[in-house]
Amino acid sequence: MPREAGLMTNQMITAQGLTKTFRSKGQTVEAVRSLDLAVGEGELVAFLGPNGAGKSTTLRMLTTLLPPTSGDAVVAGCDVRRDPAGVRRRIGYVGQGSSGGHTQRVRDELHAQGAFYGLGRRETRTRAAELIESLELGQVANRTVQSLSGGQKRRLDIALGLIHRPELLFLDEPSTGLDPHSRANLWQHIVELRRATGTTIFLTTHYLDEADRLAERVMVMDHGSVIADDTAWALKESLAGDRVTLTFESATDASAAAARLGGEIDGADGASARVVTVTAPGGDRALPRYIRELADAGIDVAAATHRQPTLDDVFLALTGRSLRDEAAHAAPIGEASEPVAA
Amino acid sequence: MTTTAPAASAGTTAGTRPTGFVRDTAAVFVRESKPLVRDPFSVMFSLVQPLVFLGLFGPLLIGAAGGDVAGTLQWFVPGILVMVALFGTASTGANLLFEMQTGSHERTLVAPLSRSALLVGRALKEVVPLVIQGTIVVVVAVPFGFAVDVAGLAVGLVILAVFGIGFGALSYTLALSCRNRDWMFWMVHQTLLFPLMILSGMLLPLDDGPDWMKVAAAVNPLSYLVGAERALLAGDFGDPAVVGGAIAAIVTCAIGVVVGVRAMRRAS
Repeated sequence: MPREAGLMTNQMITAQGLTKTFRSKGQTVEAVRSLDLAVGEGELVAFLGPNGAGKSTTLRMLTTLLPPTSGDAVVAGCDVRRDPAGVRRRIGYVGQGSSGGHTQRVRDELHAQGAFYGLGRRETRTRAAELIESLELGQVANRTVQSLSGGQKRRLDIALGLIHRPELLFLDEPSTGLDPHSRANLWQHIVELRRATGTTIFLTTHYLDEADRLAERVMVMDHGSVIADDTAWALKESLAGDRVTLTFESATDASAAAARLGGEIDGADGASARVVTVTAPGGDRALPRYIRELADAGIDVAAATHRQPTLDDVFLALTGRSLRDEAAHAAPIGEASEPVAA
Repeated sequence: MTTTAPAASAGTTAGTRPTGFVRDTAAVFVRESKPLVRDPFSVMFSLVQPLVFLGLFGPLLIGAAGGDVAGTLQWFVPGILVMVALFGTASTGANLLFEMQTGSHERTLVAPLSRSALLVGRALKEVVPLVIQGTIVVVVAVPFGFAVDVAGLAVGLVILAVFGIGFGALSYTLALSCRNRDWMFWMVHQTLLFPLMILSGMLLPLDDGPDWMKVAAAVNPLSYLVGAERALLAGDFGDPAVVGGAIAAIVTCAIGVVVGVRAMRRAS
């Protein structure tokens, strides 16, 4: 359900019927299926989905790395088929891998990137110095890329993507492979960048908390199609509802409570057989009502909690699968998660 | 979708301007040369093998020639120069292979650089270490009686540089074809390197070899390069081998760049 995005704003990305098929082991695989999307100027949009959902393939088409099999896309005012060079001049791109040359020094690599984008020598040096400072790379500016930590390499990747002040920045799974501290640090840099420059950011991720925390709009992708497109709050509110969890002294009570409230018992035996989960809009208000209703029926509640839904609940409701489980098996940094073009 | 108006500021990204082939090539060349400038001793790495041949194989040749040190070096050192060009440029695709695997190459494909410049800029970089290494080999050999014609050496290095651009481009092409299969790159590299070297007559003369070897040497561009370098370093500019070597270098360069540019365009 693609959302009508960017009401009365300029569109930074539009795509209609974007499709990509690959030949793999004699079979045709449709990695992206007739995708429609629109991203307005200044938006921070997260493209969320499990490995193999088609996120990176979509991003590679939008950044001109892969030609679409069919469909059209206009990125930063340029058609990806007819004017790929125009797209490249206007966008910044941070891929899944470490994009600095391993034997290059950090500052040299930033200077080279400025030259790639046609910046003058003085402007390149000024811009590189700004990025080195803002992304806290000063201590390692004269070190080779191969000597950097994972978090430092990622910050360099972002600096390389920003050297020419792009209007639109693509981030392909920016925090994959980073430890929690480095990930939080990276998020902070992305948020500050956005606040300072207003750059439109389009990021793919399979981390739920990354999409939830960073993006003002989330597109959920699965099997090559966008299956949800809205703010994280609206998605959680409309698709999932709050989770109310009730624990009972016996499985018999749990069974009776589940039948009365329309909930689900967590498991067939053991402790989980005594736990019932009920999905309800406004769980904080529903919880005391449930307890009163069960007490009137002679069923005692031993313990009760309520929590707001997560994007994983949204994904679970839409696909029947947990994205959190799939993220736990995410590929390490630099490992391709999409099929290779035939 | 309420509106499909393009971004208002599209096409006016601050500070950028259109880039041409020459500027793109220069940008790639400078980037590729930076590690060499920062760490000049890295140039010695690919010089090890030719120096080992010079140090260990040279005395054997001198012994076989009845102790004629100067005469043997006059024949052998030009071959070592060709070996420098061969070894230095044949493995250069490994750098690109690594950058393809880490994501660095992908970044350059998203940058507004011409695909030809990505290949030519890298290949041109091979000229710098090649010239430095060739000069070092000659300087090492001179105290042992090797007589060098300086003008001939300069022309000889130009011919080797032209060959090196082409052979380096072919190495990059191999890397682009192998993608993340390192083993395939090194298998092809090793399979071709030593037959090319032996069938060029740079180590041992092929005059007394079987006919099939002479036929193989006749289609090996390195044979012509070795002949040209021997003539040039001796100052014999009128030797027809010079023209043969120049043609072999130009043909290798043309084939390498054309094939390499096509591979680079297909890589994105």
